[in-house]
Order: sequence, then C-alpha cells, then structure tokens
Amino acid sequence: MATIVVEVMLKPEILDPQGQAVASALPRLGFTFAQSVRQGKRFEITVAGEPTAAQLAEVEKAAETLLSNPVIETFVVKVEK
Amino acid sequence: MRIGVVTFPGSLDDRSALRAIELAGGIPVPLFHGDNDLKEVQAVVLPGGFSYGDYLRCGAISRFSPIMESIILAAEHGFPVLGICNGFQILCESHLLPGALTRNADLHFICKDQTVSVENTKTPWTSEYSQGQEIVIPIKNGEGSFQCGDETLAELEAEGRVVLRYVGENPNGSRNKIAGISNKRGNVVGVMPHPEQSIETLTGPSDEGLLFFTSILKAMVSK
Repeated sequence: MATIVVEVMLKPEILDPQGQAVASALPRLGFTFAQSVRQGKRFEITVAGEPTAAQLAEVEKAAETLLSNPVIETFVVKVEK
Repeated sequence: MRIGVVTFPGSLDDRSALRAIELAGGIPVPLFHGDNDLKEVQAVVLPGGFSYGDYLRCGAISRFSPIMESIILAAEHGFPVLGICNGFQILCESHLLPGALTRNADLHFICKDQTVSVENTKTPWTSEYSQGQEIVIPIKNGEGSFQCGDETLAELEAEGRVVLRYVGENPNGSRNKIAGISNKRGNVVGVMPHPEQSIETLTGPSDEGLLFFTSILKAMVSK
C-alpha cells in the first residue's frame, strides 16, 4: 500500500487571509520566527501496491480538475511510503 | 415563461428564488441536482447556499452534478443562467465565468444590505435597469472576494462585463470592487449579492432586486 499525496497551495499572487490570520496569531503566543504564512491543503490518497505511472497520471488529472482550482491554486503530486 | 431553480444539497435560497420568479410574473420550476432534465425551462437560476457543505472549495463538487452537465452544455449555446452567491461560485468552478471567489479579506462572514451599481444592462438578466443605477440588495457570504489574473481583469473591464460593482467601501477585497460579472456572450451572469432577497420592501431592504427577474422574462418574450 502506498500513499499518493497531493498538496494544493494558493498561487502567490492570490490573497490568503487565513495564512495572514495565522501569521498574526503566532507572535501573540511568543513565536516570532514567521515573516509570513501561507495555508494550503493536503490530500492523502491510498492505493493498493506501488502506484503505477498510469495511476499517477490520473491523479494529476484529478488534481487539475477537482482537487485544485487552477485559476487560483497550484498543486504538486508525490508518493509517500 | 418557465424559469428553473436548481436545488443542490445545502442550497438555502432556492425557495426565495422560486418566489422571486413568481412575483415577477414567471412560472417557477424546481430542478434537482441529481437529475439532468431541464424540464423545458427557458432560463435557470443557481441559488445561494452552501451546496455540498462548501467542502473542498465552494461550488467545486456541485459543478460535477448531473444537472450542471446539462446546464454547462446549454449555457455554451446561449441558454441564460444566473448564479447568485453560491451559484456564482459554481459558475466560476464550471469555468462558465472567469476568476474565483475566495475568503473575504477580513475572514468574516458578512451579512448586510449593500449598495451596488449596475454597470452592464446588456445582459438578459439586467436589461430593465438603467446604466449606473444604484440599488440596495443584501450580501451574505464568507467567500465573496472576487479574484482573477490581471489579464482577465483587464478583459472584463474592457469588454464591459462587470455587471455589478460595490459602491462605497470594498466589503470583501474583491478586485476592482467587482460584485458580479458576465461571460462574453452575456447569457451567463454571476452575482454575489442576492437580488432574490430584495423583491419587496416587506421582506427586503428594497424591491430593486426584482428587476433581475422581470428582465429575464422580458428577454424571453422578445426572443
């Protein structure tokens, strides 16, 4: 069993008020390391056995059509064991 | 004149939209998301609400429902579609309209009466308004900030496809204070404010939203 991970992030030019809210909450808790924060989504998709090239291509397609909105977001697909 | 209103799981304003159509003098026809039958309606309204719980992204899952397949196909051939609030989000996710609606700039759910100006009266949904007319209709959303690339924004402005624009302070960080847009042809219109909640002074801040519905009825008659 392997896990295919799809990570979706807002494009850099799209305003991310959720990330901004997190960034402004951090110093209130004494964490002063962050210059900025961007918040994204992570999908973990389990498949039986090692993912095939064909499966990965399908996941790419699903990421483009459903898991992300290409107008405002970018995504990366990777395999985790 | 039969005008359909689609109910998705989680739609809120479907009944209000049906009522607005009736008050404007049309025949309201309830349509269901799981059905691909448009029941011979001559135009369709995608109502506000939280279809599929707004899971994934607002409108992202509704866009793949059977009724949307029929609507997308028809819209590409000139069939009039009005998306209100969540309906606007569904139209963007369907790529019938450009851009996307994202979290309001201050992260708050905003619910208030809003003044907007009608900037495009050439669509079948807005022909009864006068150019630049200011109307008061409610906004009620958490993800109403209209975002798009610079090129799309320039195109929308140059082609006069901004249908509604917020007057006064920008409530949610929308680019160029855009509250509603149309596709190139003008048959598909998406607006964040709720005209169907402003159809009579007893229940809304004004009756100025009703003209969206009388406009489409007039457009259908003169066709």
